[in-house]
Amino acid sequence: MIAAAWPRDDPRTTRLLLVDAPRGALRDGGIGELAALLAPGDLLVVNDAATLPGSLRAVSPWGAPVEVRLAGPAAEGTWRAVLFGAGDWRTRTEDRAAPPLVRAGERLRFDGLSASVARVHEASPRLVSLAFDVRGAELWRALYRAGRPVQYAHTSGPLALWHVQTAYASRPWAAEAPSAGFALTWELLLELRRRGVAVARVTHAAGLSSTGDGALDRRLPLAERYDIPEETVVAVRAASERGGRVVAVGTTAVRALEGAATNRGGVLAAGSGITSLVLGPGTRRHVVDGVLTGVHEPSTSHFALLEAFAPGDLLARAVALAEERGYRGHEFGDAVLVLAPRAEAGRALDRPVDATVRIVREPAAP
Amino acid sequence: MDVRGRGVVITGGSRGLGAALAQALAARGARLALVARGEEALADVVRAIRAGGGEAHAIPADVADQGAPHAIAGMAAALLGDVDVLVHDASTLGPVPLALLGDTACEDLVQALDVNVVGPFRLTKALAGPMLLRGRGLVVHVSSDAAVAAYPRWGAYGVSKAALDHLARIWAAELEGTGVRFFGVDPGEMDTAMHAAAMPGADRASLARPADVARTVADMIASDAIASGARLEASAWGGAR
Repeated sequence: MIAAAWPRDDPRTTRLLLVDAPRGALRDGGIGELAALLAPGDLLVVNDAATLPGSLRAVSPWGAPVEVRLAGPAAEGTWRAVLFGAGDWRTRTEDRAAPPLVRAGERLRFDGLSASVARVHEASPRLVSLAFDVRGAELWRALYRAGRPVQYAHTSGPLALWHVQTAYASRPWAAEAPSAGFALTWELLLELRRRGVAVARVTHAAGLSSTGDGALDRRLPLAERYDIPEETVVAVRAASERGGRVVAVGTTAVRALEGAATNRGGVLAAGSGITSLVLGPGTRRHVVDGVLTGVHEPSTSHFALLEAFAPGDLLARAVALAEERGYRGHEFGDAVLVLAPRAEAGRALDRPVDATVRIVREPAAP
Repeated sequence: MDVRGRGVVITGGSRGLGAALAQALAARGARLALVARGEEALADVVRAIRAGGGEAHAIPADVADQGAPHAIAGMAAALLGDVDVLVHDASTLGPVPLALLGDTACEDLVQALDVNVVGPFRLTKALAGPMLLRGRGLVVHVSSDAAVAAYPRWGAYGVSKAALDHLARIWAAELEGTGVRFFGVDPGEMDTAMHAAAMPGADRASLARPADVARTVADMIASDAIASGARLEASAWGGAR
């Protein structure tokens, strides 16, 4: 699959491959057909996380260059981060120089900012938790001033922050863009609404997809934070009651919804939490009946996640067809809509959702 | 919209009407992110609001900077959560003393359009998308009499404000029925630094005080009776609640 190297000028030209799992059928089309492929009463759930300016140039205590990639907020005002050595996104992640070894307590200096290493994780010497010296508005200002979006070697030029945001990007929680949403233009969002397809949101702190450390890569995705608003729980329940499907936009929206439900014994409830759920073939889905996502090749964790929605051989045929028809892969590529047999667990219907569940709003990361 | 507990972003929040509106909305319980170029003046406004028990955050940025809107939107969402109200108050007159159109440099017209039209357009794009998703939100364009009347020497400013008025109307038409509303407001002549720069000889006693106009604009924001796409005059607004 050829990777798309740059954001498309007009997202309306995104191609859309329908994978209809119950019928075992594939259909090559365009994103403009999305509203018609869904039915009135269906619910689309997007991840509204904005993409962080998460790539920061730093200098180690001994003057060695380090690229810090923020992987997401961690405990007690710290940030989890992956360290890389000299160089930048132009070099393939696996070919990058290893970062200098750092130990807890040592300091990293950034442009207009500094942090101490709060912890080096057992999983890899390049996975650390950082405690920045400033917090709140001051930290955000410094991050937005010094940071750039995380990007990879298949892209053709330096990306700006606006290249990696969806139309509805809200809190900056995502280390990498929830890119399935790039195809959702204002026009499409309004058309969905007109046709009676509801749209709701979750916020999910999508992490890094590649760290340059094979052992660490095999542990991805790491545990990630999510937030499910009360109104989304209500929307999911309403879709369920009227017989509509719940279609997640992006694998991160799937992870948020299924992770949140799994954390509550299979019932979706409002609130914030952390999920380590990794979906794959045979995973019992509680909430989500379909996914709008990119073209993911077999052997990737995204492909494995889709196997919770459709058989691997149908998905493999879909990828082959996409390749034959010239679809592009990766975050700026084309789209696939996988519609699965209904989620088993009746979502919020097993028992009534407690409408009084308190929405735990964690303070902003710093 | 009851602003209590709501996230509000105000550009041009370091002085004049923007700062007064920040104070007025903070007094009604809104949580504020204030955007302006002048870091020190902005910090003073934030400090004053916090001293009064309100919540405010400073986002130093130039709305005309192409890279600013997503950083402003990201910081505001990080600090406030959902942003339900956006007020475009920042604006530029262009060079003063004001000049006839024929004496206005083309670059100065471009600059006025950048600050007064394109900047607000970019920031609305970044902040109204999440509003559309939530099905609620309000965007306020601070306009001027010069958007309607053709005053000699107010060309660059007047043209940009006329465009800003129309921008609000078209956003409103496209998002009709979504719960995301837009309106423009002409605050009238106020005793501000901008007014002094434009009309140094004006009798300040005849000018409205920004704090009084800010209360009216805060009432407009609180009102659910204003049709999306409307253009209002602060001095003529009867205060329909």
